[in-house]
Amino acid sequence: MAGHDHDHHHEHGSELSETELRVRALETVLTEKGYVDPAALDAIVEAYQTRIGPRNGAAVVARAWVDPAFRQALLDDATKAIGTLGHVSAVGDHLVAVANTLERHNVIVCTLCSCYPWEMLGLPPVWYKAAPYRSRVVKDPRGVLADFGLRLPETTEIRVWDSTAETRFLVLPMRPEGTDGWSEAELAELVTRDSMIGTGLPASPSAK
Amino acid sequence: MSAPKAEAALAAAQELPDLPKDVDGPVFAAPWQAQAFAMALTLHKSGLFTWPEWAAMLGTEIKRAQAAGDPDRGDTYYRHWLATLERMVAEKGVTSTETLHRTRDAWDRAADRTPHGRPIVLTDADFSD
Repeated sequence: MAGHDHDHHHEHGSELSETELRVRALETVLTEKGYVDPAALDAIVEAYQTRIGPRNGAAVVARAWVDPAFRQALLDDATKAIGTLGHVSAVGDHLVAVANTLERHNVIVCTLCSCYPWEMLGLPPVWYKAAPYRSRVVKDPRGVLADFGLRLPETTEIRVWDSTAETRFLVLPMRPEGTDGWSEAELAELVTRDSMIGTGLPASPSAK
Repeated sequence: MSAPKAEAALAAAQELPDLPKDVDGPVFAAPWQAQAFAMALTLHKSGLFTWPEWAAMLGTEIKRAQAAGDPDRGDTYYRHWLATLERMVAEKGVTSTETLHRTRDAWDRAADRTPHGRPIVLTDADFSD
């Protein structure tokens, strides 16, 4: 098991990197032998959810809030636009940013595998990987959002984006009111993971 | 994180000086790294090995990789960590290298036959060639 990390690109199937395969194999075997409990492992990993990956998404969203030209470039071609931010590492091809407006709220779904843009968003929440979330959010997005405490006006259309092998999504939330004159860094602190998945809104400026 | 887990992570970070971390504790470049960290933390807690024992085996793994031309220890730390985990569980008799290989191959088959966007679930059939 010489450890070099290469991606498998299959025509139809899913992708797991060599490293991911080895990690899954260990977890499977250790679980079978009773050495680890997957739920307990998830709990440890979840405790580090804000400390995994470069978490570039917040910086990207904050830039889009202060720079209309960047915002337009992001919506035109997110991969290209993010590439122009020198400090943000590669995000993979075909990342699409979808903007929330008063008229439309966006939610992204994808069960597992490599299509979750963790470089941007950090670790996917445990519930996001659960089959019930995926099937329910497609059928009843308003109900799922309500479960997360997010109640949108009836006049706001909810659009669900299903990630595919080719395309990954990032929600561009609306800039919170009461943040005039804030710096990009201050704004970035308001951008939560869930607001970039669409199951939440940015943190309130008064709570900061 | 509950207090006992936080303490366990803190103890690990203290015993393993090269663990990638900032002032608040361990940091991870990718989700799999946190999963590998969580497995080692759990096995340590169950008494399978001590941190000095782990550090010694990890050190050997890093030296071996460097002798083989690993250019940068910083961003490959968790690859060595994963290799150490595999070796540790085999040496402690928890499982065998063969079983790990077979299970890795089974996950590869499971991923292959799973249409994109569906959860990848391992079945018995994935273990047969």
